[in-house]
Amino acid sequence: MYTMNGAQLIIKMLERQGVELIAGIPGGANLPLYDALFASSAIKHILCRHEQGAGFLAQGISRSTGKAAVCFATSGPGATNILTAIADAYLDSIPVVCITGQVPASLIGTDAFQEVDTYGMSIPVTKHNNLVRSVTDLLYIIPKAFELALSGRPGPVLIDVPKDIQTAMISFLKWPQPGCCLEQKPTDSSQLAMAAEMINTAKRPILCLGGGIIHAGASEAARALIEKSSIPATMTLMGLGALAADHPLSLGMLGMHAARSTNMALQHCDLFIAAGARFDDRATGKIVEFCPEARVIHMDIDPSELSKLKTAHIALAGDVKESLHALLPTLEPNGRKIWRNYIEVLQEMYPLTSPEAVVPEKPYGLILKISELLQENGFVATDVGKHQMWTAQVFPFTRPRQLLTSGGLGTMGFGLPAAIGAALAFPDRQVVLFTGDGSLQMNIQELATAVEQQVNVKIIVMNNKSLGLVRQQQNLFYQKQYFACDFQIDIDFAAIAKGFGMKAFNAEPGCNVAELLSVILTQPGPCLINVPVGVEEEVYPMVPPGASNSIMLGGCNAEKCKC
Amino acid sequence: MQKNVNVEMIDKENRSAVMVLELMVNNHPGVMSHICGLFSRRAYNLEGIVCMPIGAGELSRMWLQVNEELKLEQVIKQVQKLPDVVSVARHAAGHPVFSGLAAFM
Ligand SMILES: Cc1ncc(C[n+]2csc(CCOP(=O)(O)OP(=O)(O)O)c2C)c(N)n1
Repeated sequence: MYTMNGAQLIIKMLERQGVELIAGIPGGANLPLYDALFASSAIKHILCRHEQGAGFLAQGISRSTGKAAVCFATSGPGATNILTAIADAYLDSIPVVCITGQVPASLIGTDAFQEVDTYGMSIPVTKHNNLVRSVTDLLYIIPKAFELALSGRPGPVLIDVPKDIQTAMISFLKWPQPGCCLEQKPTDSSQLAMAAEMINTAKRPILCLGGGIIHAGASEAARALIEKSSIPATMTLMGLGALAADHPLSLGMLGMHAARSTNMALQHCDLFIAAGARFDDRATGKIVEFCPEARVIHMDIDPSELSKLKTAHIALAGDVKESLHALLPTLEPNGRKIWRNYIEVLQEMYPLTSPEAVVPEKPYGLILKISELLQENGFVATDVGKHQMWTAQVFPFTRPRQLLTSGGLGTMGFGLPAAIGAALAFPDRQVVLFTGDGSLQMNIQELATAVEQQVNVKIIVMNNKSLGLVRQQQNLFYQKQYFACDFQIDIDFAAIAKGFGMKAFNAEPGCNVAELLSVILTQPGPCLINVPVGVEEEVYPMVPPGASNSIMLGGCNAEKCKC
Repeated sequence: MQKNVNVEMIDKENRSAVMVLELMVNNHPGVMSHICGLFSRRAYNLEGIVCMPIGAGELSRMWLQVNEELKLEQVIKQVQKLPDVVSVARHAAGHPVFSGLAAFM
């Protein structure tokens, strides 16, 4: 017979789940949980400086490891602060278990101090949520939360625990089994046979790898299929790394900031195979004009994604890795010489970068320089903005989970705490964060967490003194009427980092940027470098929001292409 | 073989029809919020709802009057995804649950 209180029960069950790190901030309504956590030797608590930071830190752990990660917040403001990070996890299908404190059950509904309806507010941004109503329910709810977070399409689960449930005593005879990822129903074999036939007879197929490939650990399976049937493959932002950027069949990212050649090839494909991708509007552009000549095969573990936005001729509901494995032996080897030649010509005609753009003083060059210096097993985190898109465009990602970026929600402030999370999960690897001066300010307090934990995070602030991507939209679509996008003060980020006790550098005009970058990457522990970036540097090409992917503005070969 | 149809291109006018979905759900105070929240945030038309606990009160049965012919498959898949939903059955319009209620209107 085991006897303990609800808070101790939660911590013990988290230990039994194999949880080693919890990010969070204590407050009145979750103090019993913290009291129980103090007694745990298996779990290390990471004290963040804002609950949103704690949520993103947990995401960094989860995105880099593929395991479910845990974060804690107190009731009221703690809960509202963490919800942005939970919504972000929901849109990118990241398994996070968030445990919030709540006012005692007897006070719920009385507008008690720090009471908000966390349960109600988290319904639309979680895969599932619970308001715990009795201490015995925890025996079922905690393992179930992990099972739900990890199974099928992963996602965040929130558990709201009233304070009196945390202190209530419970006696029980047997520990429940830890929750784990459940197996999926196999993909329909007749649909698989039809898909194979469609691929074998296609003349101009393109495979699109989404975040689902990464969640499913299916990148090897995808590569085998790509190589056997010579299928050129593009990736969504969430899929980057699924196929090495230097693979001869890689087309890089598709959509709003794709290379011209990639979107052009998609306009001409006769078969579009979406694997773990969900036809996001940033990827497809105006959907009625996306891949106009193509039949569609859609593989997804979530049946509700199939034909949600574009009708699939063949819908393969199931684990994408299993579907790809099942397809492989039924595919006929095919060189696809004509199609590949066609694409190669496009790629030669419309390169993404130019020799002038890849010098280390320019954004692309800076990112490429870091890619040379970063250890092969290192991680790359980004914030949201131009710097994120430049990184997605040119960083040569070689493996899944290498890139940590906020795709679906596009949340500024994601980068720093997520980078810290990855660095805590992999203490002997390097993590580089590309951030903007705008994004960094959204969770800048986590510099303190980085220093306190002495994580191996190198922060590259690409500082254009503006909300760059917003400015770019005003440039292109609002007649250059720049408003509320240029910062009116100069911020000395190196001085701020130093104030937190972090080593920091400033790339002064005229300095040798490449040399400075190699210095910061060899520093032990956290380190920040501020690099000025011209405010006029834009991310090109760009498909106007809502327009077809055939309309691509700007870039080094815009005049060549009157499309 | 199906044509390459873009879902957003389908003519949205004059093609709606009322259907009734019958759900079995876990009975707890939040389950109505989950169901109604799903319909409102995905902009599915929900016109009527009847819900009663069954048996010992562990489960409830719920009837939803849904006005979504084109998106009906989507609606059903999304409803099925909710962990609190045990089963979903579909019925044509004019289900006795709602026609019976009409007497009170
Ligand atoms: C939390 C949040 N607020 C607002 C936005 C809208 N937004 C998208 S990009 C951007 C500017 C980002 O600026 P910065 O981080 O400096 O990056 P840059 O584009 O200059 O590289 C803004 C405000 C957002 N994505 N997230």
